Amino acid sequence: MKPWVGQALAPYVLISPFMVLFLVFGLFPIGFSFFLMFHMWDPVQGLGTMKFVGLDNLLFALEEPLVWTSLGNTLWLALAAGLPQHLVAIPLAFLINERLGRWRNAAMGAYFLPYITSTVAIAMMFSSMLSTDYGIINAALDGLARWPLLQGLLPSEHIDWMGSPETIKPVIAFVVFWRYLGFNVILYVAAMQSIPRELYEAARMDGARHWQQFFFITLPQLKPMMFFGVTLTVIGGLQLFEEPFILTGGKGGAEYAAMTTAMYMYRTAFEFNDFGLASAISWLLFVVIMVLTLATNWLFKSKQG
Amino acid sequence: MNRVCLFLLALLVSTQALAQRVTLTVAAYPAVDDIVKSALAEWKKNHPNVDVKVIGREYADHHTAMTTALATSSGLPDVMAIEYGYLGRFALGGGLQDLDRAPYLAGQSAAKLTPFALAQGRSGGAGLSAMPTDIGPGAMFYRQDLMSKAQVTEAELTGSWDSFIGSGQKLKKSTGALLVAHARDIKDIVIRSGIPAGQGIYFDDQGKSVIDSAERFRKGFELARRVRAEGLDAKVNAWSNEWGESLKRGQVGVQMMGAWLGGHLQNWLAPNTSGLWRSAALPERVNTSWGGTFYAIPNKAQHKELAWDLIRHLTLNRKQQEQAFEKFNAFPALLEAQNGAFFDQPVAFLGGQKARISWRQSAVQISPTRVFKNDALAEEIVNAELDLVLTKGKSVDQALKDAHKAVQRRASRS
Repeated sequence: MKPWVGQALAPYVLISPFMVLFLVFGLFPIGFSFFLMFHMWDPVQGLGTMKFVGLDNLLFALEEPLVWTSLGNTLWLALAAGLPQHLVAIPLAFLINERLGRWRNAAMGAYFLPYITSTVAIAMMFSSMLSTDYGIINAALDGLARWPLLQGLLPSEHIDWMGSPETIKPVIAFVVFWRYLGFNVILYVAAMQSIPRELYEAARMDGARHWQQFFFITLPQLKPMMFFGVTLTVIGGLQLFEEPFILTGGKGGAEYAAMTTAMYMYRTAFEFNDFGLASAISWLLFVVIMVLTLATNWLFKSKQG
Repeated sequence: MNRVCLFLLALLVSTQALAQRVTLTVAAYPAVDDIVKSALAEWKKNHPNVDVKVIGREYADHHTAMTTALATSSGLPDVMAIEYGYLGRFALGGGLQDLDRAPYLAGQSAAKLTPFALAQGRSGGAGLSAMPTDIGPGAMFYRQDLMSKAQVTEAELTGSWDSFIGSGQKLKKSTGALLVAHARDIKDIVIRSGIPAGQGIYFDDQGKSVIDSAERFRKGFELARRVRAEGLDAKVNAWSNEWGESLKRGQVGVQMMGAWLGGHLQNWLAPNTSGLWRSAALPERVNTSWGGTFYAIPNKAQHKELAWDLIRHLTLNRKQQEQAFEKFNAFPALLEAQNGAFFDQPVAFLGGQKARISWRQSAVQISPTRVFKNDALAEEIVNAELDLVLTKGKSVDQALKDAHKAVQRRASRS
């Protein structure tokens, strides 16, 4: 039977489903967003009402205090949630890999569970736990405060975890840390398993202790995976949306303390109907992400060099 | 041969029947979707060939989906439910039919509808963009048991803001309960009262911010600050888990909102408190509205005539409006539905009070306010500045100036 497409055309036909999906859902939105950045557009007025405004949206975004507030929040949260993820995940992965034996997979599964759990369920759980008057955290603090030694150290009133601008940021950073820790643990355990065992055997024969094996064999060998993991954390952290959005009811919390740039961009588009400004914010965010990703790349490359 | 002819005839008839069937799409949010569904059996008696597809989404998701649909002119329903908070943005967009014009001529039924709600539907400046179906006359719900214990009378709660705050002090001292869930609630009422005709809450008739010039904002901010300073609010936001718990456990004595809150309290917020609540007028006996639902027909709707017929059934049919109130607590915008026997019945949840009569009295006294495209943005900015006043001690004057400046800056982009 003669094939219905020629040999020359076949690769293009086979790759076309991906290309079509990529063009429609990948490339077109990026291009459209770039186009929108130079236009004033209220979506409810329809596509025909776009007005070219040149760089007005970008300039407005750069002068908008909330854009800078949200960017500051985003960087704070990315650092506060991202850095501990790796600082904890690496030794934890080492412990799981070296010590847990047949329980290794079960431990990895347990740490990975938050990553695959619905954000809404996570947000509901933390909202209940952190409730000012009815939450288990404040109830536990109440209990601890009854101990004579801790009485002076703990607050006498309930902490308004979700309502206070001073506490909402650390709360969200903790939730993000808790959620993505397992993902990084998996990455590092996988990387550790690919480190040749001979290196450890040789080190042990030379009398290296566990901490020496960790610092002088495991850590240097993990650098490529650390680069990969940190890059993902930087990009994910700067695009943070779900956790703060759900935990603050989509408003960004008191004094906008938990409003990330991605959240502000979404709200500008869908709540304030200003798609042009929202596109300008998204491109500004893209520039920040690109610069920080390149900086991460440079940092790891220079260390490796 | 005969069998073949018969089969072909049956096929022709069924094809024609299928061709004549029309599917009308209605997009709504809870519980408007249920109200529409419950009205369909009656409406379909006159439209047997029409299938009605009701697309129900969560409140915010629904309005986001409608924004996208209007933006791309695709996926638009024939009938679109719009909540009052989104009316400004949608009505001024120009993507909705003017229901005052032919063939709709909704103006002919104007006398049948609550005046302020109809005026809100018209306030986009493009005729009647949306037809009101339910309204939310503002009411004060208070815990009778707690007030009795604190020896606070209803007259003290409704007399003036001073006596209202005084009641809160007595309440806290006697029972430990707090007066309101959030100090912002006080500001929300005060800024909605005494709005001159033709103006909106945040903008004058020219679309200029009145935040730093209208006295109601200063008064609202000052009162909210006083309530917070005296420790009379629970600092919880409405619709949060904490809010629900505080209502359930009697830790908040008063909640001011639309009259529809009574239904929510009874059905899911605090069903354990049946008989303990009462409804009263707002402080200073202010009359204001809280939310409301409208139906609109998008310009690109496929079946406008049928859509209008369904909207008429939902908004101008007395039986339907009464049923929506009785089953779903949707306070009718149709005046004749406000005279039904249901209004005279005592409300068991409110201790047998005939509260619906007072809500009706309040509804007729509400003045219409204009809606503007940037209302949501202005509300957001004002609330953020109030937060700074309440938590950081920012001066009210400075907060209002900053809010005005920020709102003007954004409004000037439109």
